[in-house]
Amino acid sequence: MAIIKTEHLTHLYGTGTPFEKAAIRDVNLEIEEGELVGVIGHTGSGKSTLIQHLNGLLKPTSGHIYIDGTDIFESVQILQKTRFKVGLVFQYPEYQLFEETVEKDIAFGPKNLGFTEEQVKEAVSHAMECVGLSDAFRKKSPFELSGGQKRRVAIAGVIAMRPKVLILDEPTAGLDPKGRDTILNLISDYHRAEKNTVLLVSHSMEDVAKYCSKVLVMNQGHVFSYGTVAETFSRADEIEQIGLAVPQVTRLFSALAKEGYEAGEEVYTIVRAKEILLEKFLQKGGA
Amino acid sequence: MLSDITIGQFFPGKSIVHRLDPRAKILLVIAFIILLFVVRNPVSFVLIGIFLAVIYIVAKIPARAIWRGVKPILPLILFTSILNLFFVDGEPLVKWWIFKITAEGISVAVLMAVRIVCLIIGSLLLTYTTSPIALTDAIERLLKPLKVIRFPVHEMAMMMTIALRFIPTLLEETDKIMSAQKARGADLETGSIIRRAKALIPILIPLFVSAFRRAEDLALAMECRCYRGGEGRTRMKQLHFSHLDGISAVATGVVFVAAVLLDVFLPKII
Ligand SMILES: Nc1ncnc2c1ncn2[C@@H]1O[C@H](COP(=O)(O)OP(=O)(O)OP(=O)(O)O)[C@@H](O)[C@H]1O
Ligand SMILES: [Mg+2]
Repeated sequence: MAIIKTEHLTHLYGTGTPFEKAAIRDVNLEIEEGELVGVIGHTGSGKSTLIQHLNGLLKPTSGHIYIDGTDIFESVQILQKTRFKVGLVFQYPEYQLFEETVEKDIAFGPKNLGFTEEQVKEAVSHAMECVGLSDAFRKKSPFELSGGQKRRVAIAGVIAMRPKVLILDEPTAGLDPKGRDTILNLISDYHRAEKNTVLLVSHSMEDVAKYCSKVLVMNQGHVFSYGTVAETFSRADEIEQIGLAVPQVTRLFSALAKEGYEAGEEVYTIVRAKEILLEKFLQKGGA
Repeated sequence: MLSDITIGQFFPGKSIVHRLDPRAKILLVIAFIILLFVVRNPVSFVLIGIFLAVIYIVAKIPARAIWRGVKPILPLILFTSILNLFFVDGEPLVKWWIFKITAEGISVAVLMAVRIVCLIIGSLLLTYTTSPIALTDAIERLLKPLKVIRFPVHEMAMMMTIALRFIPTLLEETDKIMSAQKARGADLETGSIIRRAKALIPILIPLFVSAFRRAEDLALAMECRCYRGGEGRTRMKQLHFSHLDGISAVATGVVFVAAVLLDVFLPKII
């Protein structure tokens, strides 16, 4: 059974005003448990709107959302439980930090959940480990950390709630390449260790191709496609038509194929590209 | 949602009312408010009502907007009316224990209610048809004479402009922070007053932090563009009185004088 399922999900902003606008329209989705899904799409394609429905922060104008088979808007209690089951990390989450110390800030979520003191402690330690923050950070004020560290604290704040589904909205926005790699590797490790479902909103096809098992492509409020990385990039032409770029190595290899250098498979990541180059092409040339 | 609060209630448009000089509009509204407290005659108020209706139609402001503006002050109107109803002296119509209702009380209560409603509807017209920036610009120009007594007119106007500019931004930010904390299980809606006040801390602190950060950024950006107060500063949008302003001032004047004359010559009711 799919852990996340939406049926005809539609959301209008500003209903009843001259500015009424459909941010997402008739979204039907089924996401299986344990996937690491990359959500990709143009600016304004409705990614943030969609994910805010998945833990009930936004109420759909029409349609249904099922988490674990239950409609999340069935009752207030279920909605409350969903908030905890589906952890949502917003874009620029470091702006939500407010406590005196890192430790206390991460404990905010678990405390709201009604964890016992012992459980809170354990959850905080676990979350800090997940995002690679050493114990030295515990007593520091979140406001004196660097941007990347703050962001890790904020992500830990959600991980500490032990959600079954973790959703991150552009967790790498505004970070340098090294900070980006750190965060993405942490998320990937977290996914592997916990076997949880993770949704990762991103603007980078490279990152999605490298880390995710499935890709959800949004276009103008609709689901353009949902499938494995290979399935998605097999529609490279269409994807480029809606203004998204396939990874640069993929383009490089299709250009090479046209020149007669067949790789024999689609290539999405630099790592795989390197292997193929070394194995197939360079051997032949005797370089 | 928070963004439903309408503070910049500006309805963009191109009608005559929109195109009037904001200074003229402010002065006319002041004249209108004085007029409201001069006249007492129902016929005058009918005239004023027609006058307002005509302007609203010309400016193409939907009737819904009027209701939205008046709704929040209904309790205030009710309160003043009730006070007037019971505490105006005169021949009692109804008497019960220490309360009495007089004919004078009823008419004063109705008069005050009508006045306040007209006042709100009239001044809303100003904010509905003038952009906040144009409004502060006009206020700065009108208050210019106060510079003589060292009143910081330009600084006041700049502060107002900045505040108006950032209200929507801060509301949006509040919305975002509230969602983020709700996603971390913060409960903002239930519990005792103390609990709810405490629940505000996770929202207020990030909000203040970001407001200060924004203020610093803005100050820096203004300095980089050589902002150094009002001295010798020229404007991109010059305000000019036009024929349109003259004509509307005359038209409004005629209506106002008519209202006052009606008030003077018709038999007094109150
Ligand atoms: N609070 C809001 N009020 C009105 N319209 C909104 C609001 N939030 C988003 N929208 C509109 O809904 C559409 C989808 O926005 P959304 O934020 O979901 O896009 P996104 O895919 O997350 O974009 P980005 O990649 O820039 O984050 C946009 O056209 C946007 O203008
Ligand atoms: Mg977004």
